[in-house]
Amino acid sequence: MKQLDPNKKLDIHEILKDLDQYAPKRRGWTWRKHEENLEMGGHIYHQATTPLKNSVATQAGVEYFDNLDPQPIESITTEIASGRFEDDIRRMRMAAWHGADHIMVIRTAGQSHYDGLIEGTPQGIGGVPITRKQVRAHRKALDLIEEEVGREINYHSYVSGVAGPEIAVMFAEEGVNGAHQDPQYNVLYRNINMVRSYVDAAESKKIMAWADINQIDGAHNANATARDAWKVMPELMVQHAINSWFSEKSGILPNNISLSTVPPTASPIPTLRYDLPYAVALRDFFGKYKMRAQMNTKYVTSSSREATVTHVLNMLISRLTNADIQSTITPDEGRNVPWHMFNIEACDTAKQTLVGLDGLMEMIDLKPDGVLRQKAREIKQRAILYLEEMIEMGGYFESVERGMFVDSGEYPERNGDGIARHIDGGIGAGTVYKREANYMAPVCAHFGYNNTDQYGVSHQDACDLIGGCTFDDRSKIQFIDELDPEDNVELRLKEKEAYRNTNLIMPEVQWLADGTVTVDLFVPVDQQIAKAAAIEIAEKMNLTEVEVIHVEVMHPSEGTRVQVKGILNHAVDIDKLEIPKENGAMSDDELWAELEDSPMKVVAGTIGEDEHSVGLREIIDIKHGGIEKWGIEVEYLGTSVPIQKFVDAAIEIDADAILISSIISHDDIHYKNMQKVHDYAVERGVRDKLILIAGGTQVTPEFAVESGMDAGFGRGTKGAHVATALVEKRRERA
Amino acid sequence: MKGFQRDDDFTSRHQHLEGLSDEELKSLFWEKIDQIVAPLLTLAHENTSPSIERSVLLRMGFSSIEADGLVDLVIDRGLMGYGAGHVVYLAAQQTGGDIRQAGLELMDGKHWDEVSRILKGGVK
Repeated sequence: MKQLDPNKKLDIHEILKDLDQYAPKRRGWTWRKHEENLEMGGHIYHQATTPLKNSVATQAGVEYFDNLDPQPIESITTEIASGRFEDDIRRMRMAAWHGADHIMVIRTAGQSHYDGLIEGTPQGIGGVPITRKQVRAHRKALDLIEEEVGREINYHSYVSGVAGPEIAVMFAEEGVNGAHQDPQYNVLYRNINMVRSYVDAAESKKIMAWADINQIDGAHNANATARDAWKVMPELMVQHAINSWFSEKSGILPNNISLSTVPPTASPIPTLRYDLPYAVALRDFFGKYKMRAQMNTKYVTSSSREATVTHVLNMLISRLTNADIQSTITPDEGRNVPWHMFNIEACDTAKQTLVGLDGLMEMIDLKPDGVLRQKAREIKQRAILYLEEMIEMGGYFESVERGMFVDSGEYPERNGDGIARHIDGGIGAGTVYKREANYMAPVCAHFGYNNTDQYGVSHQDACDLIGGCTFDDRSKIQFIDELDPEDNVELRLKEKEAYRNTNLIMPEVQWLADGTVTVDLFVPVDQQIAKAAAIEIAEKMNLTEVEVIHVEVMHPSEGTRVQVKGILNHAVDIDKLEIPKENGAMSDDELWAELEDSPMKVVAGTIGEDEHSVGLREIIDIKHGGIEKWGIEVEYLGTSVPIQKFVDAAIEIDADAILISSIISHDDIHYKNMQKVHDYAVERGVRDKLILIAGGTQVTPEFAVESGMDAGFGRGTKGAHVATALVEKRRERA
Repeated sequence: MKGFQRDDDFTSRHQHLEGLSDEELKSLFWEKIDQIVAPLLTLAHENTSPSIERSVLLRMGFSSIEADGLVDLVIDRGLMGYGAGHVVYLAAQQTGGDIRQAGLELMDGKHWDEVSRILKGGVK
């Protein structure tokens, strides 16, 4: 297949073409490669990995540091599942550019109870139906995307429910790199029979071991389910251990066994007092396994800001201890199935935080004694007591029957509200069969008793009996394309074809041309009235299906912040758009040619009451690639320079131009000041002689020109842009 | 149904763990985990399930739809304890060795009596 071109959209039709013939490039999990003392942008990084070939840095990285984009040591996970796998592919590409290398696909609601593999590409709810076609399309797309960014991407989904072993086989065949597998999830949260769950789990794990799939457990669900998440800490240790040990005994290597661990609390609880001892206790007991640090979802609200702060605190725990995989939760998780930009925000939050915490533990230590260690020891002791009681009760099944798990009391306290399951109950009860003495399965990676000896073949060579299984010879895999003529990707693509790589565009948050937009409002009334007002406002903006998605009280009567979403049923025709010319910059050589023999002189400063000089210094200073680089002489007037002084100084030194910088923009003060400079220059009779240029993050070039400037510059401007404008304006005047 | 209830008796309950070092606590923890997990592994070692048998058939080159149909037939005929893959393997022995061919013929109702007779004859 052709390589991806960063300037072209990914072609979903190309992905779907000849999918029946596609074989994944590799199998197994890939970790990032640590680069010791990596130097980037003049800084040394101690916990960074091989940089990407193509990426988008965090916003500050883009605006101030020339796309400086160091990649932290942890694999970064993003969970993508909008219900339409074809739309998710575009989001995966964006996430990979922002630093995700572990893409987790959530399954559609109800798949756990589906007794067998789902085939084709039906649409899902809150996730996608995990089918062979969908998985293969995703892996094929990621095989291309990983080449584009220059780093392996791990693809991940779930091996749970009543069809675990079949899903594991399909994942092994399709090059899936990571998977959730934990029979306790089946038992506790999906009410699948426990005997069936453990019998199936051993087979699933054995298959995953063959495929070198990194396994993540399901313990984090207890955090999310328990009434007070921090009280299940002793039980979490027990859940992690049951699954880890069962996995290791089923053949998975310890470095492919990852604990899904979540800091259980969130501020306003004093989180570190709980989360840090727990994280320490966990790592004391589980040192040989990997840590998949998940972010807290239990206390996520509709405030994306608050979620982000919680997640940053979560990552502080990751770095105060350690994490191998840093999972991210999107900051909109508390209000909807994640949208495109929030997956990206979550990846950026992780990258920004982890890079910011680079090398922290080389400077500080966790105290070897005191409250931290005492509390950690107590959690460990409580976990041992938990196990003692399980054994007393007769073992695992008996203790689940007694409701030991997900009780809201901090063990040994019991509130009697745990999740109890009966050994003969649940989905799939009575579907386990005792293997006879001559039981036989002629395939690779089969767990348990397998009498291949009766046919003269060892257990390891079982599939020699059939001339090799699909794990040796993938041409034996049977690919099913579609089963449902009413619900499949081809129909969905056709429906939106008018918007796919054409001149028509609509805003979207998850599916092509879904038309969804959000409006962020401050309404100066109490929240009940504000919500109703916000809906009317959005409807007046021609939005349909308007819904309030977030409300925040600013003051009980003074006002409320309301965020609403709605559908904007309007397609923009790109061909009819008037697109303002980007202020392109001349090359270094061109600028030198223009300026070497006939240099220019400018005066510059921040105007009015504005003390923000960083942006202007970037435009001027030679070491930031500013205009001094091409010999332009700059008379820097400083900050908060009065209107008249700009013009008077220019006259005094016989300058060619004035550079005005203005960050402050309230009440359009920046445009008003520009107009005043223009007027005063006219008054002094020098307007025709002087080139007036204004810049600042809130400056729109067109408005600057309307306010009397010769040129205006907004966010992202470099010295070369300004130098180019100076040269061009001088030419126009010549 | 309300389960059992108890106040936090950690202080009295954990006395026997007080004297143990961190390393000893860790060993004890894993010792107990092994005690709990070992019977679950034995259970998995000695039993099979429809999903396991379908996963075997997938690896033998059948589609999910075929695997589903075949395992249902194996259950109907009371042969799960021998392994669905085993049933197909024996049917293939009857028909000249082609595994897929044998599986599809089983779905047409062929070979069951012969295969069943061999399997129920016990270990060779």
